[in-house]
Amino acid sequence: MVTATAREVAAATPDPELPPLTIADLGILRSVEHEGDTVVATITPTYSGCPAIREIGVDLRRRLAAAGFGRVEVRTRLAPPWSSDWITAEGRRKLAEAGIAAPHAASGQSGPVPLTLLPARPQVACPLCGSPRTTRTADFGATACKALYRCDECREPFEYVKEI
Amino acid sequence: MTSDDNPYDLLAEEHGEDQRWAFGTGFTDPLAGVDTAVPAGVDAADLAAYCLMLADDALIYSHRLQQWMTRLPELEEETAVANIALDLLGQARLLLARAAAADPSLGADEDRLAFFRDEPQFRNVRLVERADADFAELVSRMFVFATWRLALFERLRASADPVLAAIAARAVSELAYHRDYAAQWVVRLGDGTDVSRDRVRHGLAAVWPLTDELFTRHPVEESLAGVAADPAAVRSETDLVIDTVLSTAGLERPDAAPLGQVSGHTGRDGVHTEDLGYVLAELQSVARAHPDATW
Repeated sequence: MVTATAREVAAATPDPELPPLTIADLGILRSVEHEGDTVVATITPTYSGCPAIREIGVDLRRRLAAAGFGRVEVRTRLAPPWSSDWITAEGRRKLAEAGIAAPHAASGQSGPVPLTLLPARPQVACPLCGSPRTTRTADFGATACKALYRCDECREPFEYVKEI
Repeated sequence: MTSDDNPYDLLAEEHGEDQRWAFGTGFTDPLAGVDTAVPAGVDAADLAAYCLMLADDALIYSHRLQQWMTRLPELEEETAVANIALDLLGQARLLLARAAAADPSLGADEDRLAFFRDEPQFRNVRLVERADADFAELVSRMFVFATWRLALFERLRASADPVLAAIAARAVSELAYHRDYAAQWVVRLGDGTDVSRDRVRHGLAAVWPLTDELFTRHPVEESLAGVAADPAAVRSETDLVIDTVLSTAGLERPDAAPLGQVSGHTGRDGVHTEDLGYVLAELQSVARAHPDATW
């Protein structure tokens, strides 16, 4: 019962860079457990240099403390690395609502990564008008986890969460 | 004036001690909660020395890329290079923290390692120290660096040190993006106009003397079999990628002799070009001027 509550509080923590989504929606929150009288929340960073991960930790501690959990510990788990496949169905729905295209399935390869010289990218549908006719304009967007696209139909630029 | 008049103090108070006054300015151990015990049979000092090598490559190169900010030709390249620099800074932080945790006798945390070591204590390859003359040299250096580092990190995913393996597993997908970004630009410039082809030819020629050092095995790497990736072993696969890209771009390998060693020593031994001093002066000056400051 108490565990469920701590989990609910932790799961409601918003992502600082994608505020409509929570860290549970994004799959960043890996677990919430009780160890004695301590609540242990475990998170996995999206990218090595993600500047939001510390703010997420601070926010988690603050929210759990405010909900009455006296002792809170936030742990980092690096393995396995975060995958965009961990974004939940609810997270994907919220992304689309925010005008951001949700990622395709990640390849999850373990061998050498093939070189990509031509934009042989999966087709990304425009989150605004639904057209499949879109063009990637840049591999990197305002944050490490997103690429930039433009819709060839409605001409609107939009962001796409990269598959990793 | 009481401390309450200071807006930064007020903000800190509002958010509790834990929260700094601006987004992203607070730093905590990036390995908080990670089991950093050194596996049995692995020499802790060697592991730390190896992590410093990989960390310093990323830290110094990230700084050089940050110096490009506001000076790139287009907004898309600005965001790309900023993100690449950020990825590398993140890799550097994790690796510095891994070094500090593996070998407590270093007596240092991540910040001390970044800001309070002098040039001879840095273990980066010399390729990453030099400032790029232009955008073509930037993509030439990034292409070589990312191709080589990706090949090393693909192997490090199977490192006997689980922390290093986990850091590498994350870094591989980042480095693949870096390599593709730089490779696509090498092709675009090489296969472009006379001017762009000339520029990228010069860019490649400028970085080429520094490539041999990337594949030279260091004693620390030799003593860490199963933990470290053997740089000599990634030469053929790195060459294959480089040759594929150069031939697609209509470019040839530069004919350039490797930059000389100093009494057999190179960047991995702490022997650097004069360029590193300029990077460190900028990177470290604030931390050294205010050694007790919190960020």
